[in-house]
Amino acid sequence: MESYQKAYLYKRIAVAKLYMDDHFCEKLDLVKIAETANFSKYHFFRLFKEIYGLTPLNYLTSKRIEESKKLLSGSLTIIEVAHQVGFDSPTSFSAVFKKHTRITPSHFKYTMTQEALQKGANPFLFVPGCFAQSRGWLKNSNIEEPV
Amino acid sequence: MISRMTHFTINVIDQQRAIDFYTNKLGFKIVTDVPMPGGDRWITVCPPEQPDIEIILSPLTRGRLTPEEIGQWKTLAESGFFGVGLFTAKDIYATYEELKLKGVEFKKAPTREPYGLEAILKDDSGNWFSLVQLH
Repeated sequence: MESYQKAYLYKRIAVAKLYMDDHFCEKLDLVKIAETANFSKYHFFRLFKEIYGLTPLNYLTSKRIEESKKLLSGSLTIIEVAHQVGFDSPTSFSAVFKKHTRITPSHFKYTMTQEALQKGANPFLFVPGCFAQSRGWLKNSNIEEPV
Repeated sequence: MISRMTHFTINVIDQQRAIDFYTNKLGFKIVTDVPMPGGDRWITVCPPEQPDIEIILSPLTRGRLTPEEIGQWKTLAESGFFGVGLFTAKDIYATYEELKLKGVEFKKAPTREPYGLEAILKDDSGNWFSLVQLH
């Protein structure tokens, strides 16, 4: 009986976590998140932190930052990315991003752009030779192998 | 002397589907995604907290296997032949419930074993992994 109750609790916590994963771009607060899994906010806060090692809102922020990294690697502007991952303003987004990654969103975006250019120009910098050879990429490619 | 392992291969039936499985279901990150000659893609992923090991998602159709051999591979995979590796989780029960909600198939629910709590999950190609919360 005890293990059944425990499994049920874990399932409810997982439901709330997945809710954050699916709705990170919306305005969320602790009460709203806890309600998705029928918890009081205090009970939810304590259990979530116990299981995942960080508070629900810290998790939500981490999720937003991770998602923003994916978007910053694309063509969206920093302002667009900030809004798409649920920040009210680009300023608050930049501050939180820097706190988490130690670099600014614009620096991160620049680095990703340079890396993408490098991948396009010389993909074999990223592929171990044995794989490239076994798949015939070196033979069939007009891309020069790096020296 | 060999010092570290940096890459290993998982053979997958459908590369795009595997990317979805490993990133959206298991929560892994894409490390490298590079277009290769002939329309191929070189794609590696890593567990979220272990960026220094790259798992190569290698599509079966891109090797030198015949359609018959690919069929044989699928049959073996369906029979549970390909045990690929072991992942760890800080809290196996929470991870198990979360992955089940995301549609990940488990061959074994968390069970106490001599080395820790273990569950067994299957990827979308039939490769299976131990998921362990070590003592």
